[in-house]
Amino acid sequence: MLEKESNPTHSKSTGLPRKRFYRARAHSNPLSDSHFPVPVSPSHVDFSLHYPQFFPSSSEVSCSKKIQFADIGCGFGGLLISLSTLFPETLMIGMELRDKVTEYVKERILALRGSNPGQYQNVSVVRTNSMKYIPNYFEKGQLTKMFFLFPDPHFKEKNHRRRVISLHLLDEYAYVLGVGGIIYTITDVEELGDWMKSCLESHPMFEALKKEELEADPVVKLLCSATEEGQKVARNGGQTFQAVFRRIVPTS
Amino acid sequence: MEDNQIEDGEKNTNVEVAPALISVHPTQNSVAVAVGSDLRVYDLLGDCAVSLVDDSGATSHKDSIRAIRYGANGKLFVSAGDDKVVKIWFAESWQCICTVISEKRVSAVAISNDGQHVCFADKFGVVWVVDLHGIDGSEASVSKTAAPLLAHYCSIITGLEFSPDGQYVVSADRDFKIRVTIFPKKPLDGAHEIQSFCLGHTEFVSCLAFVITLDYPQGFLVSGSGDSTVRLWDITSGSLLDTCEVAAKVGHLESNGSDEGYSTITDLCAIPDTTLVAAAIQSLQGVMLLSCNLSTKTLSVAKVISIKGENVIPTSLASSSCTGLLWMVTGVSNLPGFDCPSVSRVKVISGFNKSSLDSLEHEPLPLEDNDILGGTKLLEKLQGSVTVDEKVFTAAAEALKAAMCNLLIKKQYSVEKREFRKRTRNDRKTKQ
Ligand SMILES: C[S@@+](CC[C@H](N)C(=O)[O-])C[C@H]1O[C@@H](n2cnc3c(N)ncnc32)[C@H](O)[C@@H]1O
Repeated sequence: MLEKESNPTHSKSTGLPRKRFYRARAHSNPLSDSHFPVPVSPSHVDFSLHYPQFFPSSSEVSCSKKIQFADIGCGFGGLLISLSTLFPETLMIGMELRDKVTEYVKERILALRGSNPGQYQNVSVVRTNSMKYIPNYFEKGQLTKMFFLFPDPHFKEKNHRRRVISLHLLDEYAYVLGVGGIIYTITDVEELGDWMKSCLESHPMFEALKKEELEADPVVKLLCSATEEGQKVARNGGQTFQAVFRRIVPTS
Repeated sequence: MEDNQIEDGEKNTNVEVAPALISVHPTQNSVAVAVGSDLRVYDLLGDCAVSLVDDSGATSHKDSIRAIRYGANGKLFVSAGDDKVVKIWFAESWQCICTVISEKRVSAVAISNDGQHVCFADKFGVVWVVDLHGIDGSEASVSKTAAPLLAHYCSIITGLEFSPDGQYVVSADRDFKIRVTIFPKKPLDGAHEIQSFCLGHTEFVSCLAFVITLDYPQGFLVSGSGDSTVRLWDITSGSLLDTCEVAAKVGHLESNGSDEGYSTITDLCAIPDTTLVAAAIQSLQGVMLLSCNLSTKTLSVAKVISIKGENVIPTSLASSSCTGLLWMVTGVSNLPGFDCPSVSRVKVISGFNKSSLDSLEHEPLPLEDNDILGGTKLLEKLQGSVTVDEKVFTAAAEALKAAMCNLLIKKQYSVEKREFRKRTRNDRKTKQ
């Protein structure tokens, strides 16, 4: 439970966890084998731990609700927090590789739940390598939105295969997204922006959203403003490059 | 700076022991054994050893062969491995018709059912496809380039199979995962549509096979793993239909069951026209027969066939239609501490007829060397010699166990140990 007064890693005034106690290395290598638990399959994920209010463990009727949004490389979780109140009935999860950062997001959600009873019950976070274990968390066609906001750029050509968007990884994202589901990407690195866009364009199971569709989608506005990284870029007046695509049935 | 284990592994110059492999022509025209870089073929129809016809020189492969297989229609044969060369052969003339250079070492191969495409997997988890249209072998061997088909993100691919109807390509990896992908009309553009993931194994997946009968021509997938189970799957949905624990059964037979990786399944072979699957298990002398009930969708241990008087723990299994024979080989290359660089022993079990095990008139039994098709002439070719020293096999079994663990089991380091490893990394030291 939350111990607002006695927890030194949390701010006394807001009860929220303070970032400086959760600082971590700037980058983790997604290729190295790590040592966190991985669910054997999506049916092994215990949702009552993540969303206790939606899945009360005592009740016999099992909730059939499924996670619909995934924020990949969620960092400190700003996007999830914004989405949580915008879509209060939608379950969403952040996936983050860095241990300390994941802990921070966990604490942040718990604190928000504590100070806003009934709210933020639909958001959670897991520590995992999304490049390896997406199919262990989500069933085919389960997701309606996936987010890749300000992913690590991995500039060197030799390291391009560490990028979280690639033609091959898009196969897996297309698998977990239902038809009509949307993938949102944004970066302040022009070259990475071009890369993500060209991967999506050459993939037979994605098509770009039209200008009108982008304007009508309330989520698009959050891309450059809701996350910590986005705010940093905005503060420095940096340019951003986004690519928003829809999962389609491939024409064969 | 931060390098990953696979990259490290690739740079590792230690010679690794490689298990001997066996493959039989679908109608038993010939049988092939690979030991180290050596590919040995015996023509069963002509009852003679085969000389391979390869422009690229005396030795076709320069390093351990890791995968061999015949195509479903028996026209083609593929061999590939650590020398990063994929060789495609005509399985009649034994002429190498096509050579493909891979960027990385090759860990698995497959041939599409129509024989028009060869797929191979590299050690970085990428599956490549080669289009064979227009190659009829009338010219000398041609070189081809491969196009990427799909990828398992930085995992080692341990098994690659086409589904019996040719609709899917199935790939298994050391991250416990089996991916079922629709094999597209234009494979050179990539296979992007994933049909399912078969998830349930809790250790690396080591092998795949399809059980096919007249009633179930689409077949059912079985997979073997380092978690000591064989599992039965519905590949359309990815559902796990049944799990068969073999450790308990093996444990009854051998009693030194304390060490890890004890009952790793090393190979599976579905015996054609039956619902039987033969399993090679890391500590079992002989093979375990599993019986697959396709109407109730269950898998159970039917029987263990032991090979008496000989220390034969098979490293690879093979079978062909209508013959009732199960072929097996045990052996390794690069065995440290022995003057013979490689050893292999071929055994054949006979008596699998078109039926389930219950209705077999005679129990399947290992054949004596003289009763094997091709007899001593065949053994001389495939084993390199007729008699093989017993002691070597014991050492070979141990070396293989270690090699497989090193390659496929993820090392679990304690936090302190990981920090220590980070601090003492070679690549970092050299930069100072
Ligand atoms: C530059 S940050 C952006 C964070 C957040 N999306 C934002 O906009 O503020 C990229 C994040 O992705 C995480 N990450 C990188 N590779 C990952 C992987 N394979 N799986 C999960 N998270 C990953 C990193 O740890 C890092 O927190």
